[in-house]
Amino acid sequence: MELIWEGIKQSLGLLLTGDPEVLGITALSLQVSGVATGLSLLVGIPLGTLMALARFPGRALVVSLVNTGMGLPPVVVGLFVSILLWRSGPLGVLELLYTPTAMVIAQFVIAAPIVTGLTLAAVQQIPSQFRLQMLALGASRVQLLRVLLREARLPLLAAVMAGFGGGISEVGASLMVGGNIRGQTRVLTTATVLETGKGNFDLAIALSLLLLAITFLVNWALTWIQQRRR
Amino acid sequence: MRGLRLGLLLLGLLLSLLAAAPAAADRSAVILATTTSTQDSGLLDVLVPLFEKKGGYTVKTIAVGTGQSLALGARGEADVVLVHAPTLEREYLAKGTLVNRRLVMHNDFVLVGPPDDPAGIKGGKAAAAAFGKIAERGSRFVSRGDNSGTHSKERALWKAAGIAPKGGWYVESGQGMGATLTIASEKGAYTLTDRASYLAFKKRIRLAVLLEGDTPLLNIYHVMEVNPARHPKVNAAGGKAFADFMVSPEAQAVIRTFGVEKYGEPLFFPDAGKPEPGSER
Repeated sequence: MELIWEGIKQSLGLLLTGDPEVLGITALSLQVSGVATGLSLLVGIPLGTLMALARFPGRALVVSLVNTGMGLPPVVVGLFVSILLWRSGPLGVLELLYTPTAMVIAQFVIAAPIVTGLTLAAVQQIPSQFRLQMLALGASRVQLLRVLLREARLPLLAAVMAGFGGGISEVGASLMVGGNIRGQTRVLTTATVLETGKGNFDLAIALSLLLLAITFLVNWALTWIQQRRR
Repeated sequence: MRGLRLGLLLLGLLLSLLAAAPAAADRSAVILATTTSTQDSGLLDVLVPLFEKKGGYTVKTIAVGTGQSLALGARGEADVVLVHAPTLEREYLAKGTLVNRRLVMHNDFVLVGPPDDPAGIKGGKAAAAAFGKIAERGSRFVSRGDNSGTHSKERALWKAAGIAPKGGWYVESGQGMGATLTIASEKGAYTLTDRASYLAFKKRIRLAVLLEGDTPLLNIYHVMEVNPARHPKVNAAGGKAFADFMVSPEAQAVIRTFGVEKYGEPLFFPDAGKPEPGSER
């Protein structure tokens, strides 16, 4: 217990003194997971909406695939993204391995199915009669989409939170494609693994607490948006 | 519609973050694949900035363990490797995927275990004999089991003892040295560790050094460059520059004193240009 107390004190110290390395690590965590979540929203929301509304052959299979993707193990994503980005791999010429961009790609692959799947569920739970009624009232397709997404905004924001949470909490893929390079690709999760490996448990606890605090703040802001106008 | 506009605003914000993401391709970047012990001890945190200041290169240190470091180097996914498994290293040299192997430094492995020493290895001198006793008594032993340099050394010692370790007493952690020491401590087991990791964890674990100083326990680090003839994409100049730096008087002087302040004793002994210590297994 004393160790945890030490960790709490140290994390406060790191924050109050504005330790530049820790601040950099924290900023990179937010940046990488933020961008990855943003991209997964750009892809996941339209895709999920489309899959909720469209009827096409093999739809059940595609939906099952997306739902499986919601539980993609980060290490598996890390391994495959690494192989793609290797110098000898198909995307090797881009020289992206061990950069923040590689981490964004990996976290995008983790978050996109989560956002797609939750969007799909959110839009699909709106009764189909509602849709028919809107169309009967003369709504255009664009108007219909807007109304549907607005109706589904509560679960959609939950999708944003789940996507962001999947990214920022993940360590396996970031370690593999980022390499945990000091000052370049070290984020809160990988730094925690490193400090634990070094036996600096108090610093590891401090970093974990920082990660928890940030995740809380982001989710608190999103929840505030979500619950504001009920 | 306010919710939607807010969402769009957030998206715009995120995209501007993307634009701010650091530029990727960097021609002067050197990828160093190395063992976790050099990173966990903090040595590279001192040496790498020193090298970067001198030569116009930036270093991407990938600390993954000796087995994976050698494999990455052999595939041309790294430019230079710093590892500690002489037997494995020679295999790669023979295949020609890695070249220009140079001695950098050494420290040593120690055999640690529960202070009450159930297998009675304390006082012995030969590591292989101690391994024999542990197996004979069936005392618990935690192996790294991860093809790291330490694991490679451990296997060599079992071989020297004429034992194929197997059974309930032989536990494979599959994790780094820190985690393995913690597991050994919790389980009251023996394990083989490099001295630097042991010193870093000493305070937190209930394990004592029971055997040290045997010649096969030397832990020898070499630097090797990836053969550019095999992999034209590697940063050969950068890899060579880093290897040259590691054996330079400047880096060797840093190695000589590193750790003295924190642990009261050096963690590594510089060896550049010397014959391999301990007359080579």
